[in-house]
Amino acid sequence: MNIPGNIITLIAGIALTLISLWYGQNHGLMPIEASQGAQDVDELFNLMMTIATGLFLIVEGVIVYCMIRFRRKKGDQTDGPGIEGNVPLEIVWTAIPTVVVFILALYSFEVYNNLGGLDPETSRDFPQEEMQMAEGGNQGKMVAYNPHQGHLSLGIGNANADMEVDVNGIQYAWIFTGQDNGIVSGELHVPVNKRVKLNMKAGDVIHAFWVPQLRLKQDVLPGRDSNLTFIANREGKYPIICAELCGPYHGGMKTFLYVHSEEEYEQWVQDNTFANAQEKADTMASLSAPITDESRLQMHSHHLGIDEDVLKQLTIDN
Amino acid sequence: MSSNSISENTHHKERKLIDYFTFNTDHKVIGIQYLVTSFLFYFIGGAFAEVVRTELATPDPDFVSPELYNQIFTLHGTIMIFLWIVPAGAAFANYLIPLMIGTDDMAFPRLNAIAFWMIPPGGILLLSSFLVGAPQSGWTSYPPLSLMTGKWGEEFWILSLLLLGTSSILGGINFATTILKMRMKDMDLHSMPLFCWAMLATSALILLSTPVLAGALILLSFDLMAGTNFFNPSGGGDPVVYQHLFWFYSHPAVYIMILPFFGIVSEVIPVHSRKPIFGYRAIAYSSLAISFLGLIVWAHHMFTSGTPGWLRMFFMATTMLIAVPTGIKVFSWCATMWGGKIELNSPMLFSIGFLSSFLIGGITGVMVASVPFDIHVHDTYFIVGHFHYVLFGGSALALFSGFYHWFPKMTGKNYHEGLGQLHFILTFVGLNLTFMPMHQLGLMGMNRRIALYDIEFQPLNLLSTAGAYTMAISTLPFVINVAWSLFKGTQAERNPWRALTLEWQTASPPIIENFEEEPVLWSGPYDYGIDEEYDYEQETVSDMLADVGVK
Amino acid sequence: MQSTDINSQVTVGYEKEAEGGHHGHPDFRMFGLVLFLVAESMIFFGLFSAYMIYYATMPEWPMGDIELELLLPSINSVILISSSFVMHKGQSCIKNNDEKGLRIWFGITALMGAIFLVGQGYEYATTGFSLTDNLFASCFYVLTGFHGLHVAAGLSFILAVLWRSRQAGHYSAENHFGVEAAELYWHFVDVVWIILFGLVYLLPLS
Ligand code: HEA
Ligand code: HEA
Ligand code: CUA
Ligand SMILES: [Cu+2]
Repeated sequence: MNIPGNIITLIAGIALTLISLWYGQNHGLMPIEASQGAQDVDELFNLMMTIATGLFLIVEGVIVYCMIRFRRKKGDQTDGPGIEGNVPLEIVWTAIPTVVVFILALYSFEVYNNLGGLDPETSRDFPQEEMQMAEGGNQGKMVAYNPHQGHLSLGIGNANADMEVDVNGIQYAWIFTGQDNGIVSGELHVPVNKRVKLNMKAGDVIHAFWVPQLRLKQDVLPGRDSNLTFIANREGKYPIICAELCGPYHGGMKTFLYVHSEEEYEQWVQDNTFANAQEKADTMASLSAPITDESRLQMHSHHLGIDEDVLKQLTIDN
Repeated sequence: MSSNSISENTHHKERKLIDYFTFNTDHKVIGIQYLVTSFLFYFIGGAFAEVVRTELATPDPDFVSPELYNQIFTLHGTIMIFLWIVPAGAAFANYLIPLMIGTDDMAFPRLNAIAFWMIPPGGILLLSSFLVGAPQSGWTSYPPLSLMTGKWGEEFWILSLLLLGTSSILGGINFATTILKMRMKDMDLHSMPLFCWAMLATSALILLSTPVLAGALILLSFDLMAGTNFFNPSGGGDPVVYQHLFWFYSHPAVYIMILPFFGIVSEVIPVHSRKPIFGYRAIAYSSLAISFLGLIVWAHHMFTSGTPGWLRMFFMATTMLIAVPTGIKVFSWCATMWGGKIELNSPMLFSIGFLSSFLIGGITGVMVASVPFDIHVHDTYFIVGHFHYVLFGGSALALFSGFYHWFPKMTGKNYHEGLGQLHFILTFVGLNLTFMPMHQLGLMGMNRRIALYDIEFQPLNLLSTAGAYTMAISTLPFVINVAWSLFKGTQAERNPWRALTLEWQTASPPIIENFEEEPVLWSGPYDYGIDEEYDYEQETVSDMLADVGVK
Repeated sequence: MQSTDINSQVTVGYEKEAEGGHHGHPDFRMFGLVLFLVAESMIFFGLFSAYMIYYATMPEWPMGDIELELLLPSINSVILISSSFVMHKGQSCIKNNDEKGLRIWFGITALMGAIFLVGQGYEYATTGFSLTDNLFASCFYVLTGFHGLHVAAGLSFILAVLWRSRQAGHYSAENHFGVEAAELYWHFVDVVWIILFGLVYLLPLS
């Protein structure tokens, strides 16, 4: 290859790197970050976007270049050069992806570990000693004959939490019960910068608890416990979405996570501790409605409202 | 098949139209039967997709009821996978393998016909589930939901899948035996076309993974019909066991759906670039590597489910590793085009389209393999984007590429090039318009399998719906092209592409017994431009081409 | 080239030939059968894996007051396993063109297979628990039942061979694919039973 060719390649390479680096940081595809963990995940994603952009530009570039440069001339019936391979080249394009995925795997491992994904208490199967049967729940039948004696915890997060909230997913609603204050609510209220641990159960089918702004998701399986621990570091109101198909109104199984300042949170606890059960019922029915939009609330309220029975059961359970 | 047997029985026989509707054992008839059937289901599955997209044009569940919506996407996914892509792969395999390895038929012709004839009943069973309330729990059919939404619809789904799975296993047995045992003499494994290698890898996956799905479905069926509790937690069962069994099949299934099409692309690109395939052995062995790795990555669909942390890490690593053998293929195809003499006709356009969109799907695949990231995007539209890029942008585009490439061979008619290119452009534009915005939707917080969504997501969804309509329109030039060519098309030559694989050595369409006389293996499958230096050899090559090229 | 030949699309009664399976090319049916058995064993692999997960995660196995009677199934196992050897004698006979021997030994095998099935039926009738009682019960019936189905299939395979062997010369020393296939299948069913017996009957004891 002559020198100008080299220079062109060099410039192209630099441009490619710059574009990839720029786009990897500025794609703007992710929602707001509401926790440290979310930031870590985003950094990982940015790196992946950088690699992806580079790879995309190289391969698509080659394809487009071939389509333009190596078109067959009209009437040309001859064959191209009979090149059947090139061992060094093949070694290079085997080795580079290997290294890249190795780095990605290590980095992902690191991020996952920091999230608390390998925490011994929340992310592994526990040995079981005895059988435990729980009464109640679904249609008066015996549910949650718990194969894992209520101990198989799955999920991510560090177990040493500042506060714990029990989460119950039932068809088309989330129900949150604060462990220290006993407040039952259709929304999740947490103080900012506190380590919150969710102990999640499902009453009927599989649901999944997802807060996009925390980049956290965990399936909630009937018959098993799952956990999720997070520290929200940004006040605000974020959607809680059910991400596992759980029936026709799966799409409506939505509520909100409120991250309050310390004082606001105290106030909320105050307000709710003294509310009587009936009031609770009312708030829950309205709060657990899917979308704030009035018209759509109307449309679905008959599917999504929690009826008396369920509620009674829940309050008794807790 | 020796020539003296020809003189012994000289009654003439031609392929009649009616043969295609009967229990015929000719692999070419069966191949066409597979292909036509699968395309019928493609239109049905595509119509369902249009319903899905129409519903999603607005945030409210207004076009269809939420129940119906769930039924529609369940059937859309099931049909596209089990009744379109998988049988279409089998269609090419049936048609091409015996021709490519220079033999007269598959190893077990009758078994082959039985395998095909399980497909229409399977498809009809699946569609007739609408009469009893179609299944609504997605193509993954996770219990306990699948045990609670309509007993009979779910049972129809199970029975249909058992039929289709059995069909696929029987096909796999046939492909593997034929490729391993029936190659013409002189053709060793390393001189057979790469499509055969791909089908070998596919068959291995079919044989090892499909039966496990059958096992899962049998247990699910017991839970559903007999009241057992294998997967039902309210009776002590464990839904996660189902997920493991299901994905033990269904992850390999995605490679069952892509490997045959990798094979097709490996055939199309060298022919239309007039260059030997770059790195024959690397491509051949990487198919096997993908098969092997494909068997040990299934839990990447369960990163947020009942999988402990260390298991998530293991499956993350194995999953990412698949990028390496797949990358080898992608780079080799690019290198094959590099420096070639590329003819941008319909097959080549679709193959190039395949390369560029499969790349996107593959890259997002590696992204979602990363556990912390997948925890965010699992069950969102990012995943829907990923798998449509690999399935539609990958498998389907390559399928169309193969369709145009072998159309003259299969039908004996030339297709209309202009309409083919129009089909490509509409499809390619539509595909990117439909599936690209899905990535952003997923990242922003739109989960999948929902009939109603937040207003903020509407603009991107509208874009996506517009793309889906473009794709629907793109089928028009395709259908017109096929119909027009069949009736009005010019007679195709034996070897319109001047290709070197054996199927081009016989008539178009091939005669019933495939070859008039023993085919000769006078070059490797991709020896374009190889003999240029040797004058005498070159003469042989063009001589032979001229020889087999006359009609 | 002889374009007339090509266009006339001659055939050679080709389709009939293909049915025969072994004309022009050697017989691959055995190879196909082996592949089929690979697939079959993967079904059992799936079912056994599910069973093993339950075994590993359930606090009690078997559950409730289920206790499996071991005597009858053990006798049954001995019968089934020895039938494999009996059957092999049949194959040795046909290798020496001894059709009578084939019939006798295969007849005995069929009988033993039938006894196994009857024994299993009797066991089902007397276990004292039913399919839906609990997870172990379900596993027990589905696994043994699915295997029983395979025994029944193998049995009909053997009976088919017996039926065909009425016709003298149908099987010979050179040509006895049916015999070999039936035998291979029967061995397969046997091996599966040994694993199944270990998992369902013996493992819970430990
Ligand atoms: C044809 C089908 C097909 C194919 C080929 C693939 C290919 C891949 N898929 Fe995909 N996948 C599906 C179909 C397919 N997938 C479907 C249908 C689902 C959803 C199921 C459902 O839930 O309904 C799914 C879901 C899915 C998930 C689960 C996501 C979730 O639900 O949370 C994951 C996670 O790891 C994944 C990963 C991958 C990977 C790593 C590949 C790899 O094989 C891709 C490898 C290819 C490349 C990487 C590109 C080329 C390589 C290079 C150019 C080399 C250099 C590259 C790098 C260094 C990165 N896929
Ligand atoms: C090979 C597989 C394959 C293919 C080719 C496609 C093709 C398409 N898919 Fe699909 N899809 C899946 C496999 C596939 N899909 C799977 C496995 C799922 C998951 C299901 C689940 O969650 O369980 C899914 C889910 C899925 C969803 C998500 C549903 C949800 O989660 O709520 C969406 C949404 O847009 C979608 C859209 C489309 C579109 C627009 C096409 C288009 O490419 C289709 C274009 C084709 C046509 C349009 C055919 C032409 C039709 C005619 C000529 C007839 C005339 C009819 C009309 C125009 C009405 N698909
Ligand atoms: Cu709960 Cu979806
Ligand atoms: Cu997968």
